[in-house]
Amino acid sequence: MNDLAPPQGPTRGRDVVLDVRGLVKHYDDTPVLHGIDLTVGDHEVVALIGSSGSGKSTLLRCAALLEPVTDGQVLLDGVDITDPGVDADAVRSQFGVVFQAYNLFPHMTVRQNITLAPRVVHGVPAAEADARAEELLRRVGLLDKADSYPDRLSGGQQQRAAIARAVAVEPRVLLLDEVTSALDPELVGEVLALVRELAHGGATILMATHEMGFARRVADHVCFLDGGRLVEEGPPAQVLGEPTVARTQQFLRRVIDAGRL
Amino acid sequence: MTPPAEGAGGYRPSPLELRRRVDRARRSRRSTLTALVSTVVFAAVLYVAVTSAPGWPRVQAAFLDPSVATASLPSILRGMWLNLRVLAVAAVLTVALALVVAVVRTLRGPVWLPLRLLATGYVDLFRGIPLIVLLYLIGFGVPALRFTDGRISSVALGTAAIVLTYSAYVSEVFRAGIETVHPSQRLGARSLGLSYAQSMRLVVLPQAVRRVMPPLLNDFVAMQKDVGLISLLGAVDAVRAAQIAQLDGFNFTPYVVVALLFVLLSVPTARLADWVSIRATRREQAGAVL
Repeated sequence: MNDLAPPQGPTRGRDVVLDVRGLVKHYDDTPVLHGIDLTVGDHEVVALIGSSGSGKSTLLRCAALLEPVTDGQVLLDGVDITDPGVDADAVRSQFGVVFQAYNLFPHMTVRQNITLAPRVVHGVPAAEADARAEELLRRVGLLDKADSYPDRLSGGQQQRAAIARAVAVEPRVLLLDEVTSALDPELVGEVLALVRELAHGGATILMATHEMGFARRVADHVCFLDGGRLVEEGPPAQVLGEPTVARTQQFLRRVIDAGRL
Repeated sequence: MTPPAEGAGGYRPSPLELRRRVDRARRSRRSTLTALVSTVVFAAVLYVAVTSAPGWPRVQAAFLDPSVATASLPSILRGMWLNLRVLAVAAVLTVALALVVAVVRTLRGPVWLPLRLLATGYVDLFRGIPLIVLLYLIGFGVPALRFTDGRISSVALGTAAIVLTYSAYVSEVFRAGIETVHPSQRLGARSLGLSYAQSMRLVVLPQAVRRVMPPLLNDFVAMQKDVGLISLLGAVDAVRAAQIAQLDGFNFTPYVVVALLFVLLSVPTARLADWVSIRATRREQAGAVL
């Protein structure tokens, strides 16, 4: 399953899983990220906060090689995955990505969605992939929906199925891109509860979120992005409670005024 | 999304709703009656107009002679069997070639530029050439190249021309389908580690093909008729059989017979296309009526 070359080059420490160094991303001539440095340790939950357009989603996509980076490096377990020589498909299979708008495959049942990558990418036998999918579906409370098509599921159920699909490949890092933004308030809770459970279970997670309360309770580390720059980072209590940078203070004041914290 | 069954949850329609239902039923009966009467009147007028035309008796004798029809039917049916076989082969080959061309045209990146240009050139060229012209060019041009000593069957050459023309059209239908699949689907597939080819085959194409089923069946109906053009190269298909029968007694009835047979052939596909398109609409509108 791991086709990557053995670790090479300097790493910041043995327990650093994802290491983003000076990441720059331009879309044509529009700069989106201006050199981001960020690390995610093993079993660590890192939350990216910031207003829309601050570069959170782009950062996640670049990290998972879903977008080519303009400059800088991304290291996964010490291996530079932005090196042109790496097998990008093999690298992507090390990430589990959950998007804002589900992205389940509508022509497949929930079970088929979940078993697709294990079977096709990782060569897991069908029966084994099936058993694993059922176990995952039981954990996310969707076992009875295994053979339903995604359009028969509520938004929250779809998002839980999408998380199960991402977890099914046993990813090294789970990237969650505003997984509750497309859900109505009643359904947000069930998805966040699942993410919290994964975090407690020891998953390594990098997530972009607008749920400040959730970030505060679950994250080990919070990074505030503004205009494509990492403005402030630290433990959630500090960044969300006593931010030192004026821009962070302003952002959080607005969030509080909107009743989201 | 079916409406809840009557009586679900102890529901009883109110007197107001019952009155509305009676009214709706009455209106619907009246509309049906109007439509029925106008259709019958129209058919009658048409019939009277045609049969009272001065040339009608001669047309009837030359085009609608039952004895000529029965006499020519066996040879035309034999020819039709050839048409059906050509159709089956041409349809399968067209789908395969069209899928390849469509996928090649969606490939991005400079590496694929030569292939992409080739595919684009192919589509531009073969959509532009009239099928009849292409039939002549292939039917008479390819044998002149003398690749083989033996004779290449006109059926094979005709089938090749049909496949080349139709693949150019159908590949555009497939390409349109591929482009309607939202990029996030591809992103989702790639994020799971699927390669480009895997995400195309397992995620994008199944959705694309499903979406373009109605226009695809429409092209299939068109192809059903166009397989009759292989008669131009001398293949004895239904059209050619009708032509031979016509020359036999200078009676045009065999052409009417062959026309009816082609209509019979296309009706089931046309109804299938309707059904598929209705089902797709229902799925997408999820219960909306208007």
